[in-house]
Amino acid sequence: MATPPVKVYGPPLSTAVSRVLVCLLEKDVPFQLVPVNMAKMEHKKPDYIKMQPFGQVPAFQDDDITLFESRAICRYIAEKYPNKGTAGLFGTNPLVKASIDQWLEAESQSFNPPSSVLTFQLVFAPLMKLKQDEALIKQNEAKLEKVLDVYENRLGSSRYLAGDEFTLADLSHLPNTQFLVEKTDKAELFTSRKNVGRWWSEISTRPAWKKVVEMQNA
Amino acid sequence: MAIKLYGTTASTATLRAKACLAEKGLDYEFVNVNMSNKEHKSPEFLSRNPFGQVPAFEDGDLKLFESRAITQYLAHAYPDNGTNLIIHDPKKMAIVGVWIEVESQKFDQFGSKLAWELGYKPMFGLTTDDAAVEENEKKLEQVLDVYESRLSESKYLGGDCFTLADLHHLPVLKFLFGTKAKRLFDARPHVSAWAADIQSRPAWVKAITA
Repeated sequence: MATPPVKVYGPPLSTAVSRVLVCLLEKDVPFQLVPVNMAKMEHKKPDYIKMQPFGQVPAFQDDDITLFESRAICRYIAEKYPNKGTAGLFGTNPLVKASIDQWLEAESQSFNPPSSVLTFQLVFAPLMKLKQDEALIKQNEAKLEKVLDVYENRLGSSRYLAGDEFTLADLSHLPNTQFLVEKTDKAELFTSRKNVGRWWSEISTRPAWKKVVEMQNA
Repeated sequence: MAIKLYGTTASTATLRAKACLAEKGLDYEFVNVNMSNKEHKSPEFLSRNPFGQVPAFEDGDLKLFESRAITQYLAHAYPDNGTNLIIHDPKKMAIVGVWIEVESQKFDQFGSKLAWELGYKPMFGLTTDDAAVEENEKKLEQVLDVYESRLSESKYLGGDCFTLADLHHLPVLKFLFGTKAKRLFDARPHVSAWAADIQSRPAWVKAITA
């Protein structure tokens, strides 16, 4: 088989990298995962910076274009392959798309900041032997609870965030939530909320996400 | 009127949506939300934006929140009105999409915090936190260094023409340019030229003076 034209650069454990991987798997788009040795600062070297000027993972290539920012990459993949794999990830008409965009922005602006801080403080800081900031953890847990209260309400009348179907808006939540539920003592933030718990259980057991988790644990 | 925007002109997110409506030359009704009276936390408003934030938007039966979802909707739903804010070539639009995320994930994070410290706090009679200003200026400078490099090869962030990727910056720029943070932009020639160019667009000038 010829080398797939799609390349993703970065480790699967990175939340942003895993966001792109799950999207490619949901869409059945073959790809090549190219390792980036972050311990050796490979992501700050000139060759990598050419692809991602902020020196972060992931970087992404498809044919002759190079992209970065995981949510931009996901939108691109979903729009380029609307009929492959899971349909409707980014909607089939402008009205549905607008609703998906709204919840994808909510993830990006409201869910991501506190959940990222908690993921870093509770999962990565110990691994990197860095001291945890208790005040920061408390502050961000409170912020996340407020967001999850909104989700609890929404998911009481909607199976998924944007409507009846699984979309990019739900997908975008997978990486941080996986860490918080499986690798920290904060799982009950999600599981104690009936609708959020139900939603998490549905989206996290999708085959594409299970495959990504396998890649992370490899 | 079919299009309604609910918000306040003191909010950068509301101004982001206003900028887009102005560029598209669309008629709409602006409904002021009285935030000092906590109107944004009222049950009626929460039914429009469950996070209790401005803006909220409607176009006929469609109701939306999140300013960047509103602008994307307008740009795609009204392609033939006013300025074209997206690119129809999918590969070129993918690049625009990257820089839309850069504003959202990198510029806004530090830019908004600086706007809060240097712009809003004095307005509300609160004390600016100098340490926060220093920290966020350093981080914004790192982002602006990448912008300087990008804008030396590309007229606008997303490519050859003005798009949502540039427009989304306007509200925070407006606040920062009224403060000492303006010097961070002035120090970078391509960034400075770009910021001057986009802020002088007639639609933006109209959106903030109307």
